[in-house]
Amino acid sequence: MGNVSATAHKSRYDAGVMKYKEMGYFDLDYQPKNTDVLVLFRITPQDGVDSEEAAAAVAGESSTATWTVVWTDRLTACETYRAKCYRVDPVPGQEGQYFAYIAYDLALFEPGSIVNLSASIIGNVFGFKPLKALRLEDMRLPVAYVKTFDGPATGIVVERERLDKFGRPLLGATVKPKLGLSGRNYGRVVYEALKGGLDFTKDDENINSQPFMHWRDRFLYCMEAVNRAQAMTGEVKGTYLNISAATMEDMYERAEFAKELGSAIVMIDLVIGYTAIQSMAKWARRNDMILHLHRAGHSTYTRQKSHGVSFRVIAKWMRLAGVDHIHAGTVVGKLEGDPFTTRGYYDICRETHNPMRLEHGIFFDQDWAGLRRMMPVASGGIHAGQMHQLLDLLGEDCVLQFGGGTIGHPMGIAAGATANRVALEAMVLARNEGRDILAEGPAILHAAARGCAPLAQALEVWKDVTFNYASTDTPDFVPTLTPA
Amino acid sequence: MHITQGTFSFLPDLTDEQITAQAKYCLGKGWSLNIEFTDDPHPRNTYWEMWGTPMFDLKDPAGLMYELAECRKVHAGRAYIRVSAFDATPGWESLRLSFITDRPAEEPGFMLQRQERGGRMIAYTTRAYAADRPAGARY
Repeated sequence: MGNVSATAHKSRYDAGVMKYKEMGYFDLDYQPKNTDVLVLFRITPQDGVDSEEAAAAVAGESSTATWTVVWTDRLTACETYRAKCYRVDPVPGQEGQYFAYIAYDLALFEPGSIVNLSASIIGNVFGFKPLKALRLEDMRLPVAYVKTFDGPATGIVVERERLDKFGRPLLGATVKPKLGLSGRNYGRVVYEALKGGLDFTKDDENINSQPFMHWRDRFLYCMEAVNRAQAMTGEVKGTYLNISAATMEDMYERAEFAKELGSAIVMIDLVIGYTAIQSMAKWARRNDMILHLHRAGHSTYTRQKSHGVSFRVIAKWMRLAGVDHIHAGTVVGKLEGDPFTTRGYYDICRETHNPMRLEHGIFFDQDWAGLRRMMPVASGGIHAGQMHQLLDLLGEDCVLQFGGGTIGHPMGIAAGATANRVALEAMVLARNEGRDILAEGPAILHAAARGCAPLAQALEVWKDVTFNYASTDTPDFVPTLTPA
Repeated sequence: MHITQGTFSFLPDLTDEQITAQAKYCLGKGWSLNIEFTDDPHPRNTYWEMWGTPMFDLKDPAGLMYELAECRKVHAGRAYIRVSAFDATPGWESLRLSFITDRPAEEPGFMLQRQERGGRMIAYTTRAYAADRPAGARY
């Protein structure tokens, strides 16, 4: 605790500018407490800036420090409130980048508030001039803090019980075209897709209440479609009614209407903001509603490895905030997604405890303290021909959303839905029988297609569709093989 | 019509060999199997009748297949029969797999009743045609 004695010295508070490292924000001997919030930043100091001083500055600027010494610190228990950088490592293979581990005392945070947590950790420091770039990579949220949040209102287990669907991924589709359909035509797509075999349909992120389709009209036609499809199949169906709107009052009005119509699920966009998300999560809990979150906008700050906030942190915040579904990547689809990094996101959503796994980008052990599990949603450029890869990569507790892969089917929407459902059930059956679905996947699909013309057509139409581009957000650590 | 509840309803009816393979998978995971039947196919009919209690200590899928055969002697053709697997792991404590093994010879389907209310609202009721007749005499 060498720094503590240094900072206790009277000269610490003489007017002027000091190095952050000497102000009590850097202590390699600090032993993080079980109740500390631990944060890993990736820092890229400006040329000539010492990495440890930069790390201390991040700790300082994200807790109590300002650019100059203030005597008013001495009116507080300032040692407690100072974040402490306790470890700095060079990033493997990335010259000029460092991993800075910083501990924050729990007293710095308001209970149950993502807004307070995020304003503290990312509120100010990301524009700090001595850094070229800064990225929030991961956080360890202590059990004491986790327990101040409600977590998902429904969670995977109860969602499955409520929908009476077990043992396989759920199937969904986003209604397309995403803009321009009237309420009546929109409901047609919902009906066909659900009748054909999907469990869910979904509004897209920017379907709110535009001139071509007002929200009430959409809700009414969609619920006609849902109920009609339930009667045609004897199976519980749902459609994510997007209640995102300009104000909380509008959102509550839309949520109440969805509930009155008997919808099992509503959806919100990430861009509504953390406070609105937590408000809707509490509403969902009061009203037995499944809450779907579309991560609209996240790639503006999650995608680039050097600067921003990793999606794994957003996923953790959203599990605390209490959403039931969250888009978490497809790996094989059209949107960004490295397989190992994505695996890390899925584990954050679904596990009761996340052990540190550097090769998946998980830097800390995280105990979820009984918070329910979030259902990850895979959406964007996936189709029936990838079913073996999807099941192998993503497991069975997820929603697979085939928008174009349902609605674009040459025999129609219901046929597209049937193709996906048959492909999925055939693959789950084969996996459970112990077959190697990655190796035998195409053969399993073609065998199933012999009794299902829509699947045969889907496999033919989309056989060459892949999105093979390099990921930008990949893990920094690769598993090392140890000799047996 | 063909109700599509359960994990494998879009596939051709499972053979006994296929059911045995699924049972083996579930037992290998440490899950408990049970058999249920019903003559009320409503999608919100949660509590099908249990054919005995869940087989918590079962090790061999043959035990399930024996009970399934016994259940079929009584109910095949006149009710739905499903096999479910229960996982008692902390934080789960629910079903992991649930699939229909047998269906009535004919499935008449559902009527969707609409009750018009104000403001273009409709209250929907799903009613199984089979449920028009008393329990036990439906199929």
